[in-house]
Amino acid sequence: MTASLPATPANLIACPDCDLLQQEIALPAHGEALCQRCAAPLFRVIPNSLDCTIACLLTALLFFALANAYPLVELELKGNTVSSTLYGAVSALASQDLLSVATLVLATTILVPAGEIIAMLYLLIPLKFGRVMPGLPLIFRLVQQVRPWGMIEVFMLGAMVAIVKLSTFARVIPGVALWSCGALMLSLSAAAHFYNPRAVWHAVRLHAE
Amino acid sequence: MQNETAMRAITAAERGLLSCHICTLLSRPAADGTNSDCPRCHARLYSRIPHSLTRTWAFLIAAFILYVPANLLPIMETKSFFGTQQDTIMSGVLFLWISGSHILAMMVFTASIVIPFFKLISLTYLVLSVQSKSPWHLQERSRLFRLIDTIGRWSMLDVYVVTLLVALVQINTLAHIRAGLGATAFGAVVVLTLLAANSFDPRLLWDFSDTDHDRH
Repeated sequence: MTASLPATPANLIACPDCDLLQQEIALPAHGEALCQRCAAPLFRVIPNSLDCTIACLLTALLFFALANAYPLVELELKGNTVSSTLYGAVSALASQDLLSVATLVLATTILVPAGEIIAMLYLLIPLKFGRVMPGLPLIFRLVQQVRPWGMIEVFMLGAMVAIVKLSTFARVIPGVALWSCGALMLSLSAAAHFYNPRAVWHAVRLHAE
Repeated sequence: MQNETAMRAITAAERGLLSCHICTLLSRPAADGTNSDCPRCHARLYSRIPHSLTRTWAFLIAAFILYVPANLLPIMETKSFFGTQQDTIMSGVLFLWISGSHILAMMVFTASIVIPFFKLISLTYLVLSVQSKSPWHLQERSRLFRLIDTIGRWSMLDVYVVTLLVALVQINTLAHIRAGLGATAFGAVVVLTLLAANSFDPRLLWDFSDTDHDRH
């Protein structure tokens, strides 16, 4: 496979939502191009996209580890204390013969976020230092496709609702993992904000030659 | 008239170009039509999602069917000294409202009841509008699709609430919470509506409008 791409009409882009062909325009920093016809976002310009994304992903990795190592909440009722980690909650569901729901929760709160963070770091850190990692196209495709299934922010809101419900009959103490989950949510959304696939392909084209 | 020339839209499909659904690169497929992988990220290329409407219908119909047990069956069952209490999604919302957490109750109501219903109805409307080749309100329909695509994930909220309640009130002696079949049905509805939205190709909305305009 050669690095050169087949020639397409210069600087043309098709809208992903309505297929309209449009000329790419030069944008100021942090600008976003919208489709003229259907107003779908086409592309953005983010200065230092790679650096900022890597920083956010490293932060996310740290908080992901904390969010999984410590209990989410502690429940205290008449001197008895019960606590659960994220994985503990999943296995509690699994032990009740609700394997399908347990799998869904496991995938959306643990597997997808972990896979996304690790795969992106594997691609982006070497890319920053001018190395295109083997398997880049495949991993890029996988990450693009599983990303929508990571739902840490929804889980966070769910945890808040659960805490309010439990606090009506027991003392609820938020654990380290709950705060870490909040920080994980923030660092992941910051990473998504800074991440620009165009910067990745630009760097790939630069270093592949 | 002036508008008409300005609105003369040329799509990638009309030019024989394919845009990659993963990395957005535009490329021209090989003349013999055999090799249709993206030259940059190697994803399979297509002009429109294959069998988009059929697949969207399949996921939608399955979601509509499961929507009934998802709302009627209990999503969890609480056993305590006071007896057994079964909670559906709606009674969970009412519990939050009565216990004074009005904002949270509204959030759960929106995420668990409004969004799935709105998403099912909107997607059905979008698919029907493509099938009837409606040229009306294209921009609004495009926006509607992007809206349901972004908010759909929030329906997972109740699945996580049940998961945490089950985990924490299991070992406890005073009460015991089990997840019900409603939770499985509800999780399935959320996944099916996400898959339905993924299968729907919004470019189809505009395709039919264009052929319509050309005929006039």
